[in-house]
Amino acid sequence: MIATVLDAVSWLLLIAGSFFVITGGIGLLRLPDVYSRMHAAGMTDTLGAGLFIAGMAVQGGFTLVTAKLLIILVFILFTSPTATYALANAVWSGGVQPRRRDGTACETIDRSDGPLTS
Amino acid sequence: MMFAAAAAALLITMLLVLLRAFMGPTLYDRILAVNTFGTKTVLMIAVLGFLMGRPEFLDIALVYALINFIGTIAVLKFFRYGDLGRAGKGEP
Amino acid sequence: MLRVLSLAGGLVVIWLLLSGHYTPLINTLGLVSVGVVVAIAVRMDVVDHESVPIHMRGRFFGYWIWLGAEIVKANIDVAKRVWSPSLPISPTLFRLKTSQAGELGQVIYANSITLTPGTVSVSLEDGEILVHAIAREVGDDLSAGEMDRRVTRLEVSGIPAPTPEGERE
Repeated sequence: MIATVLDAVSWLLLIAGSFFVITGGIGLLRLPDVYSRMHAAGMTDTLGAGLFIAGMAVQGGFTLVTAKLLIILVFILFTSPTATYALANAVWSGGVQPRRRDGTACETIDRSDGPLTS
Repeated sequence: MMFAAAAAALLITMLLVLLRAFMGPTLYDRILAVNTFGTKTVLMIAVLGFLMGRPEFLDIALVYALINFIGTIAVLKFFRYGDLGRAGKGEP
Repeated sequence: MLRVLSLAGGLVVIWLLLSGHYTPLINTLGLVSVGVVVAIAVRMDVVDHESVPIHMRGRFFGYWIWLGAEIVKANIDVAKRVWSPSLPISPTLFRLKTSQAGELGQVIYANSITLTPGTVSVSLEDGEILVHAIAREVGDDLSAGEMDRRVTRLEVSGIPAPTPEGERE
């Protein structure tokens, strides 16, 4: 009984994870420039990986296997933004301007005078 | 069964990501694609561990996650500075 | 001293979780490894508020839960944009000011921005973050400043915030 419920939960989590991972792959192909593709890549690294690992952890139960899975997840969550920042900063320093879909340079909005109050 | 489905979804994604790595068009697109491919590989190794009933695979997945991160940073640093031994900004 | 002990404790826990073999020989090797790593870290003078930020332990889990909810919401938003046939994106750059005092707080803020799909921090210099947002409304939400306030509260939750130069004694 409990095994059936756990299997169903795992199925749900893994299917949701598959959806986000595949969406990330499609986004990587569809989005127009390297900056916007980073958002798709970030999607597979956060919720895609998280749901996959949660689905496997449900099957693992309270064992060392689950602990290792969680360590992998925490590691991905800590390194993914660092790698993305390094890439984005390299692209920016390399002089690549972000583009809109029609190819024009996108505008810069200056909010450094303080957060919005509204 | 569920892990076979998950592995199939990961394989489809890896194919899409690989397409982006081949298409480019810039170097940065390729690095981004390879980094994403690496994360998918980590998940793939973990899923395969469950599929084959070999939990030792998780250790390999953990090590692969480490290598993937360091590899991405190393490639970026190399293309930015031209060598890997240079100190970052703010240091002499 | 508290930081050194926390570092050693964390390393012991990681060793025990990853090892899986609890024989006297392996446990001794683990203790020796932890001792060597901690000794090297102390000698390199890297055990400070940046590498072992135990002063943030109070609000750490609360912040992660909030950030997790934000990540889920942002993922669903970006997934909708990717799947809709018209691809409704309007990439925009935003220049934001950070209200954190220390560098560690600013890095946590920038990484939180990057971790949330839909926004990527492109450069962090002199307390100003340049953010690339996939759509204008996404960036507007971010510049309302809720994440900024939460990271600032995380930063000052324990001991007084360190000066940007660091707190090396």
